Amino acid sequence: MSAAIRARGLTKVYHSGEVEVHALRGVDLVLTSGELVVLLGPSGSGKSTLLNILGGLDTASGGSALFRDQALTAMDDRELTRYRRNHVGFVFQFYNLIPSLTALENVALVTEIATNPMQPRAALELVGLGARLDHFPAQLSGGEQQRVAIARAIAKRPDILLCDEPTGALDSATGVLVLEAIERIHAELGTTTVLITHNAVIAGMADRVLVMGDGHIQQEQRPERRLRARELSW
Amino acid sequence: MVGASLSPLNRKLLRDLWRLRAQVLAIALVMASGVGLMCMSLTSIEALGNTAEAYYDRYRFAQVFARVERAPEHLAERIRLIPGVESVSTRVVRSAVLDVRGFEEPVIGQLVSLPPDAATALNRVALTRGRMPVAGNECVLAEPFAEAHGLVPGSTLRAIMNGHWQELTVVGLGLSPEYVYTIGPGALMPDDRRFGVIWLDEKAMQAAYDLDGAFNDVSLTLLHGASPDGVIARIDQLLARYGGVGAIARKDQISNWFLMNEIEQLKSLASILPTVFLAVAAFLTNMVLSRLIAVERSEIGLLKAFGYANRSIAWHYVKLVLGIGVVGIVIGCALGWWLGLTNTRLYAEFYRFPFLLYSPGAGPFVLASVASLAAGLIGALGAVRQGATLPPAEAMRPPAPPLFRRTGLARWRLFRAMDQPSRILLRQIGRWPARSFTTSVGIGMAVAVLVSSMMWMDAIDRIADVYFLQAQGQDVTVGFAEPRSRQVLRELARLDGVISAEPLRVVPARLRFGPREERQALQGVPAHQELQHVFDAAGHALDMPPGGLVISTMLAQMLAVKVGDVVSAQVLEGRRPLLQIPVVATFETYIGSPAYIDIDALNRLMREQDSVTAVQLRLDASRRLELFRKLKETPRISFITLKDAAVRTFHDTLARTLLIYVSFFVVFACTLAFGVTYNSARIALSERGRELATLRVLGFTRAEISYILLGEVGLLTFVALPLGCLMGYVIASIMVSSFTTELFRIPLAIQASTYAIAMLIGLGATLASALLVRRRVDRLDLIAVLKTRE
Repeated sequence: MSAAIRARGLTKVYHSGEVEVHALRGVDLVLTSGELVVLLGPSGSGKSTLLNILGGLDTASGGSALFRDQALTAMDDRELTRYRRNHVGFVFQFYNLIPSLTALENVALVTEIATNPMQPRAALELVGLGARLDHFPAQLSGGEQQRVAIARAIAKRPDILLCDEPTGALDSATGVLVLEAIERIHAELGTTTVLITHNAVIAGMADRVLVMGDGHIQQEQRPERRLRARELSW
Repeated sequence: MVGASLSPLNRKLLRDLWRLRAQVLAIALVMASGVGLMCMSLTSIEALGNTAEAYYDRYRFAQVFARVERAPEHLAERIRLIPGVESVSTRVVRSAVLDVRGFEEPVIGQLVSLPPDAATALNRVALTRGRMPVAGNECVLAEPFAEAHGLVPGSTLRAIMNGHWQELTVVGLGLSPEYVYTIGPGALMPDDRRFGVIWLDEKAMQAAYDLDGAFNDVSLTLLHGASPDGVIARIDQLLARYGGVGAIARKDQISNWFLMNEIEQLKSLASILPTVFLAVAAFLTNMVLSRLIAVERSEIGLLKAFGYANRSIAWHYVKLVLGIGVVGIVIGCALGWWLGLTNTRLYAEFYRFPFLLYSPGAGPFVLASVASLAAGLIGALGAVRQGATLPPAEAMRPPAPPLFRRTGLARWRLFRAMDQPSRILLRQIGRWPARSFTTSVGIGMAVAVLVSSMMWMDAIDRIADVYFLQAQGQDVTVGFAEPRSRQVLRELARLDGVISAEPLRVVPARLRFGPREERQALQGVPAHQELQHVFDAAGHALDMPPGGLVISTMLAQMLAVKVGDVVSAQVLEGRRPLLQIPVVATFETYIGSPAYIDIDALNRLMREQDSVTAVQLRLDASRRLELFRKLKETPRISFITLKDAAVRTFHDTLARTLLIYVSFFVVFACTLAFGVTYNSARIALSERGRELATLRVLGFTRAEISYILLGEVGLLTFVALPLGCLMGYVIASIMVSSFTTELFRIPLAIQASTYAIAMLIGLGATLASALLVRRRVDRLDLIAVLKTRE
């Protein structure tokens, strides 16, 4: 399998007033195309920072990150925007849907600017929301909103799907529904997926689990048996 | 340290003001514009009023004025005995053609005699240079006239006095409360090159005009509380047999009339435009404060949880508004003081005073400050109440997300064809229609202010076009001190360079209809006029119907007459007949309130042979100078008006003053447009930062998200521009009707180009503020905004 992303010696230092915060202290990582990686770790361990750099939202202070053979670490703002637009799908803890657009329109928002998107309707059907197309975010439950966010993230057929605490704001049953959607997309589209959580249960559905702490990847595990999302509960 | 003694809430207040400084400043500037304008008008009113009052008082400006042909000196004693009269001053006043070296065109001088005891006389001259005349050939010149011709003590000029050229030596320059606004006969504007006042020794004047032991002009002051009307009636009775043409009160004295009129107009300026600015400031305060309170919900909840009372929370936000207000007031008062001084000085170029009292009291500033604070507080009322009454538990929960619903919009084919960013933009406007509309109104106000200030230029052009270019075919009007036979028309028509000539017979009269009475001359013109046309405001020339009056609608309104009514006209010269004349037509005009009649009919009514008091001439341009020399030699001319000079003066005078005003207003309007758009866009940015950051994360470029944010402001501006034109039209029509005087009606003739320029300036100011906000869009923190829930 080819590598979707290679990172070497990634560091990130934040300057907050007079204090220096070392969020990443040299991370080496290879993401293989089509794998589902769960990134575990406590708050402040650096997992979101890593995700942001890999997603082209933030720039590293040192080291290198390659997407295929393009160096993310050398891209300017314009190139990073294009990278996000064409290759990356994001899912956030708080959904971040546009309140003035319906579910279908929230998905269309992304398909309009993507190069090879799927039909917005098809993306919503993939996450099981084919019947809620014309609802506005305020008319949807939290789980439904998060599934719209997933449909929006995958409708462009991204090469990488980055999910930051996608179940963090949801109860267990709803969280499972959302994970099922991610699982289904991973299976049907073969999208390289990184899922951040501090809920260790979710690690059960991963191909590979990376545990972060203090700005390093401290541990790497490959579960013997991948669980189905519906087998999880917390 | 001061900081140490500040309560935490007050410290928060100061930091909020600092954090929101750009928005605070934008609101403060709009407030400052209102305060500044109001202070300018009020301080100018105060300065002009105080200056005039002090000037009138110190130089004993009379309260009643009367002109006669010739009255014996002892009549003064009888006038003094009229109940209510305090003091009486008699003199000789005459018009004369002057010859000023180096100035080819004819100049008219108003020659006024100075009584021997100048200290106790009325209408005293304020000497600004030199001394009073002693010898008969010495004179004091009105300062503006002297300045216009570069004349100084020691200079000489010539005047035709009673048919003889007389050389006069200037010994002093002066000003008089009677000529604060020096306007020549038949003129609309002061023209200091062609008309000037000259004071001469009384004996010399009496000798020159064969008025030894007699006078032809009398001025009086009244005892405190005496009514001018009663005194005027008695004087008219007394002077009738000496050729009195009717006394007038100070309020109708031409210079004072203009000055008081100006003050009245300033008063209406002080009320209309500042209201616009303060209303917009109120709206902006409301906009910013509601948003601030929405953002600070959890802090408000926390404060309440700690035990702060609703009152303290409300007071905290009221102080924020007061803080903004204080910034606005400080800037506005300083601006107003400066504008007031500039404005008063500008007035002093047209209204000449020997001194200028510009020491505004606290009054105007206090009034403007209170008005602007009140506006700010009214604007803040709703938001403050909302903040203060939030239940603590609810305040600590994030506000419910805005609920969007499908509307009729979605059914439009056009809407369905739109991309998502455009839909976001439209739904945003549709979700808060009132807020969107008020934003449009705010930006529109800027355009309205521009339209309603630039429309003066259009009005002036229109007046000049109708009054001078369309109606006046003559180049020169030559007037005589008393009626002349029509022989003079033929003589003038024969002069070299005269292409055609037309007679004019002006008869001073008092027109009466029912209880109403107006002093208005009857102007006899040929039935079919070739030179000076009687034009209505719609641009149609009117022929004089035989045997009736054609009066302006203004006069018809003043007398409450309509076509068919018979007006009685008490003629104020010659045999003084009382005529009954029917009104046969009315017409609309912008200037004056004239009454016309067929000249032959007038002559018949007056039982006189064909007589004229003025002649209109059309000239061969190449022979003007030659003709002017001839006219200067013609005796008994009391005035000469040159049309092109009058047009030039009209334009120069108004253009100069109006341009200054219009440029003030352009600056104010830009502040307004800037204040509204900057605040709208900044608030939209802070409310929707999360949404915009999300879009950036999803791969939208900066330009694309700027489209969503600024497109909304752009669209609202697009609505605002025509709306502003409409509001401008309304404000202009209110101003026009409040500025209407007996002398001027301002036509509401706004040109398309005025609307276009106003819209372009409004658009420019909006664009500038949008660009400033755009720079903030570039600095959006994509990560921070995604990690936290609002």
